[in-house]
Amino acid sequence: MSDLQTFREETRNWLEENCPPEMRKPGDIAWGGRNAQFSHPDQKIWLERMGDKGWTCPTWPKEYGGGGLSKEENKILQEEMGAIGARSPLGSFGIWMLGPALLEFATEEQKKEHLPPIVRGEIWWCQGYSEPGSGSDLASLSTKAVQEGDEYVINGQKIWTSYADKADKIFCLVRTGPQEPKHDGISFLLIDMDQPGVTTRPITLISGKSPFCETFFDDAKAPVKDLVGGLNKGWTVAKRLLEHERTMISGMGLSGGGDGSKKTKSGLAEIGKKYAGTDSNQKIADYALRRKVALHDLNSRAFGLTMQRVGEETKVGAPSPAAAMAKYYGTEHNKLRYELMLEAMGTQGVGWEGEGFSVEELQITRDWLRTKANSIEGGTSEVQLNVISKRVLGLPDK
Amino acid sequence: MALILNEEQQSLKDIAKEFLQKNAPVTHFREIRDTNNELGYDEVLWKEMVNLGWSGILIPEEYGGFDFGMVGMGSIFEEMGKTLTPSPLFATGVLGASLISLGGNDSQKQTLLPKIVEGSLTTALALEENNRHSPNVISTSATKSGENYEISGEKTFVIDGHSANLLIVAARTEGSIDDESGITLFMLDPKTDGLEITKTSMVDSRNSAQVKLRNVVVSSSDILGGLNNGSGILENVLDRAQIAISAEMLGNASQAFQITLEYIKERKQFGAVIGTFQALQHRAAEMYSEIELTKSSVIAACNAVDENSNDLKRMASLAKFKAGETNHL
Repeated sequence: MSDLQTFREETRNWLEENCPPEMRKPGDIAWGGRNAQFSHPDQKIWLERMGDKGWTCPTWPKEYGGGGLSKEENKILQEEMGAIGARSPLGSFGIWMLGPALLEFATEEQKKEHLPPIVRGEIWWCQGYSEPGSGSDLASLSTKAVQEGDEYVINGQKIWTSYADKADKIFCLVRTGPQEPKHDGISFLLIDMDQPGVTTRPITLISGKSPFCETFFDDAKAPVKDLVGGLNKGWTVAKRLLEHERTMISGMGLSGGGDGSKKTKSGLAEIGKKYAGTDSNQKIADYALRRKVALHDLNSRAFGLTMQRVGEETKVGAPSPAAAMAKYYGTEHNKLRYELMLEAMGTQGVGWEGEGFSVEELQITRDWLRTKANSIEGGTSEVQLNVISKRVLGLPDK
Repeated sequence: MALILNEEQQSLKDIAKEFLQKNAPVTHFREIRDTNNELGYDEVLWKEMVNLGWSGILIPEEYGGFDFGMVGMGSIFEEMGKTLTPSPLFATGVLGASLISLGGNDSQKQTLLPKIVEGSLTTALALEENNRHSPNVISTSATKSGENYEISGEKTFVIDGHSANLLIVAARTEGSIDDESGITLFMLDPKTDGLEITKTSMVDSRNSAQVKLRNVVVSSSDILGGLNNGSGILENVLDRAQIAISAEMLGNASQAFQITLEYIKERKQFGAVIGTFQALQHRAAEMYSEIELTKSSVIAACNAVDENSNDLKRMASLAKFKAGETNHL
């Protein structure tokens, strides 16, 4: 038996013994943190067991608490988890965004300090990038950090900070070199949210939810040792981290949910049939809608294949320029998917709450509204098109 | 399923690219067009393509072919799409080779396939009767008389119909005009009495012909794939045909895009290189994205042929859809 086969059997047995029954059903995902909340006791058990094994971050090195798995082993783990319907043990920007950047840019001490708590879900991280005056032109940011002794004093405001009101720490872009050209005066700083100088205020979105906040720094403090990637070298870290963020968001074009989850169970064609009726061949009766759904399905397939190809190209080490189009295409495609669902559902798609609408209908309406932000957050579609023009196609600036 | 070329496939594509850019650039196509070349392609060039093994790519090794698969054939079509190279490779190397490989009995395969590989046989499929693609709507009839059949009807848009030395005709031997069953494939010498073949002049200057059949006599031993058995074979062959054309269209789109991209980096208006304008940059980035989607769809469809996938029909449609849409951006 090959090593991978052995690994598969061991993994299957371990999951069978350790994945609690409740965690094999669909449901919400734990986010951990100092004040971790669990919707079910099994969620806590599942997080602890997976965290101990490092399988919340399967491919991170063991020395930092990760699972130390190869890509192939990780694929097997994901397959085996999928086979029993195991829920992801932990949702975390630490895993999806900060961790990969730390692995690449942080010092050994920083990795040893910050990575293991991410793996075990002990620290909930949020991201402090955008400011009221710095969105697409992120590098114009003005939140400043001034060194006083062995700490930085931070003043300024961030906006669109996801889960700032729940997070324990923030990875933050701050201006440390006000005299330098704008890209060369930015540093990447880790700041504890639990201090008097930090306040947060949730923003209510069009979907009715408030995952985003405004975050204010008034003489907030952070130790000098928590600056990552070197003084005034933060833009390099920021750009790489944005790539991880964009990959995360572009996945939504494939999975459906407005915030990356798979909340809407029914496929687009099913929704079309259910709400717009079927003809004698069991096809969507409304020809105009059927055509749009078919076109969307074809593009879903083409996009899925392209993401697969990008994965293969990356694996053999060839740089894959196609990765640049993933965020742009995936999010625009996801918005269209929800527009088509609404088109099929008619008045059943515009309920807000209460009687007269099913749980799924209300969810689709909220998700539809949420998708509108997909092509804005993490760099707008226009910014992505700029990136493709300049980096991939080599079109000139001036 | 691999969506990237392996080393052998990449090497085939590189050779095809180099050969076509050198020996059959767009100027070659224009020369064929502007000199009203009766054949519609250059025989010397075709001979060289044959020597490179291209006509035998889809033919099994036991019949002298190279069994290199649709991914390889698709790569060549993509490169030919960049240079607009006219050749019998589509009608012979894809349609004819596939029809005979998939439908022929052993003696037909033994006789005909090696000739395609060595370049002495070119083929044309006489299928369409309507202005819109409808491969099952066939009124051309084949009536049995003794050991022979008599075929009468009219075929249109027969690719290479006037230049091929073997015609494969789809005729109705049973059923009503749009029945899927009851279609039979017959192989005919184009010089047979009762055949009238007229070359048509098309907007793209590619080879196509109208074929009229009046009581054309053909032996029942020249049936390909069995009586009333045509549509099953045709279905698979048309999938391959759509995929080859999609690959060619991918080449068309990539090349047109490349030329445009180079041009907007040079052309100046309003005192600036026009490639600095965001309006053009965004259009270019969107086209790039669509071409990337097309590329993935085409190679996946080629793979579906080589892997005998159950999903072949859908993948062929996907490739054709994306390539067609992208070419019209």
